[in-house]
Amino acid sequence: MRPPDHTPAPQALASSAMTGWAAAWRRMRHHAGVYAVLCRNSLVREMSFKTNFLLWIVVELLWFALQLAFVAVIYQHTERIATWSRWEVVLLVGASHFIQQVFTAFFLTNCVQLSDHVRTGRLDFFLLLPVNPRFLISLRQLDLGAFVNAASALAVMVYAGARLALRPDLLQLMGFGLLCAAGVLLHYALMFMLAAVSFWTVQAQGLVWGYYNLFNVARVPDAALPPGTFRVVFTFVLPMLLVANVPAKLLAAKLASPAEMLLLLALAAAIFAISSRVWRLSLRRYTSASS
Amino acid sequence: MTKYLQVFSLGIQNALVYRVNFFFRATFGLVPLLATLYLWRAIYASNPDRPDVAGYTLSGMISYYLVMTVVDALTGVTEDDWQIAADIREGRISQFLLKPMDYLTYRLSLFAAGRVVYTAAALIPVGLFVALQHRHVVGPPDALHLAAFVVSVALTALLQFLISYTMALLAFWLLEISTFIFILFAFEYIAGGHLFPLDILPPGLLAVLQFTPFPYQLYFPVGVYLGRIQDAELVRGLAVQAAWVVAVYGLARWVWARGIKHYSAAGG
Repeated sequence: MRPPDHTPAPQALASSAMTGWAAAWRRMRHHAGVYAVLCRNSLVREMSFKTNFLLWIVVELLWFALQLAFVAVIYQHTERIATWSRWEVVLLVGASHFIQQVFTAFFLTNCVQLSDHVRTGRLDFFLLLPVNPRFLISLRQLDLGAFVNAASALAVMVYAGARLALRPDLLQLMGFGLLCAAGVLLHYALMFMLAAVSFWTVQAQGLVWGYYNLFNVARVPDAALPPGTFRVVFTFVLPMLLVANVPAKLLAAKLASPAEMLLLLALAAAIFAISSRVWRLSLRRYTSASS
Repeated sequence: MTKYLQVFSLGIQNALVYRVNFFFRATFGLVPLLATLYLWRAIYASNPDRPDVAGYTLSGMISYYLVMTVVDALTGVTEDDWQIAADIREGRISQFLLKPMDYLTYRLSLFAAGRVVYTAAALIPVGLFVALQHRHVVGPPDALHLAAFVVSVALTALLQFLISYTMALLAFWLLEISTFIFILFAFEYIAGGHLFPLDILPPGLLAVLQFTPFPYQLYFPVGVYLGRIQDAELVRGLAVQAAWVVAVYGLARWVWARGIKHYSAAGG
């Protein structure tokens, strides 16, 4: 990939008068500029393989349809799963797919590529650039097809919402947005940690596979799970049961208490903080592979 | 024959390198399986007045998923299709055009070796998992069904391999075939009975599915084991499964012959 154009932030020129805020602002503008270039690169890359780009959208649509088909088949044989009705589960599957696709759009490919960067020693090059290396590694490629799939998930959610006669107000919709953002952050932090394992064992082929299996749990209605180890682990350690359940329950007015929302937000922040630590620890272990 | 035994033993050594990978793959795979089992338990608990779903008791349903997991470990294609596509793309099949070795048999030997190692690696996690659910495990109705099950699993393995092999041969014409592999995988996943037993579908839909090879890639042997498929239906099913194996074998040979004509030995 062509390295993004950039003008190195001239640290030396930073006058002593410049406050911390102004420096932070400059850093943000600098990274925003870099990100704009990365987005343009992604667009050019996707458009040079148009058929492949369209086929990947078809693959994802197919898998989404498959999950919905599963729900349809199950509800041929039951009216409810614990407290969840058919269209509530469709809403949940839609929310789960939406969050997963937004995560895919920004982060998934990049996380998966981390082990390649380590193996080939390309990471050296990223560490030398005058941008935050985690920023560059996490956001290098934008997967544009995933936005199409996120839109399909939204469409399914709107339909399910109509079938449930939901009338969410502005506050609920904003809360939904915030919780989805927390969910995306959670997916990212967990996947980034999984990927950082590649610093220890360079071979990380099973990564994507492990990811899909783990994140499959997100679209299970939480009330279906009995209290026990499985539920505790997937609520507090790997909070897959919160990621999609909490935003879907907010829309469907099924939340037992607002504490569930706070738990999701707090865990997202905590796991992101842990992933930062893991990243620093892993970098310390990194001995370039190319030389 | 001995040369393919050599390939098989080489394949075993090769696959042993990935034993940890296989172990984690099998273990991770149990997480969504467990979630699905909880889902079914909740469904049965939500309908206390109805003891069965489309003829499955809770134990029958759980057994379906457990036997399905075992059959999948024994017969599923993991990396073979990607490797075949890479062999073609990178020109590594050129050597098979010179040597007295048949590429299909060579890959089949490697596939068998991979399955042996994978099954061994999956034995501990899957065995533990089945043991934990032991209260719900039901056996086959009689020895006849058990024998039919064994035959059917062998045919399933052949069918799985041949379909993936033929799909991977698309690499003769296309640079990038992963999307096609995933589309095929999606169909196998739902129409093969990975997600749910196919006979809980409306009968019309099931009848349509039985004209495709997908049910014979997973659902059929599991149905035989559970005694869901009996007598004339069982005999007919085995015949159809064998017919699919022969048909896809023919297709694989034909596509290979066409592909070789098109092949330009890039990089080789």
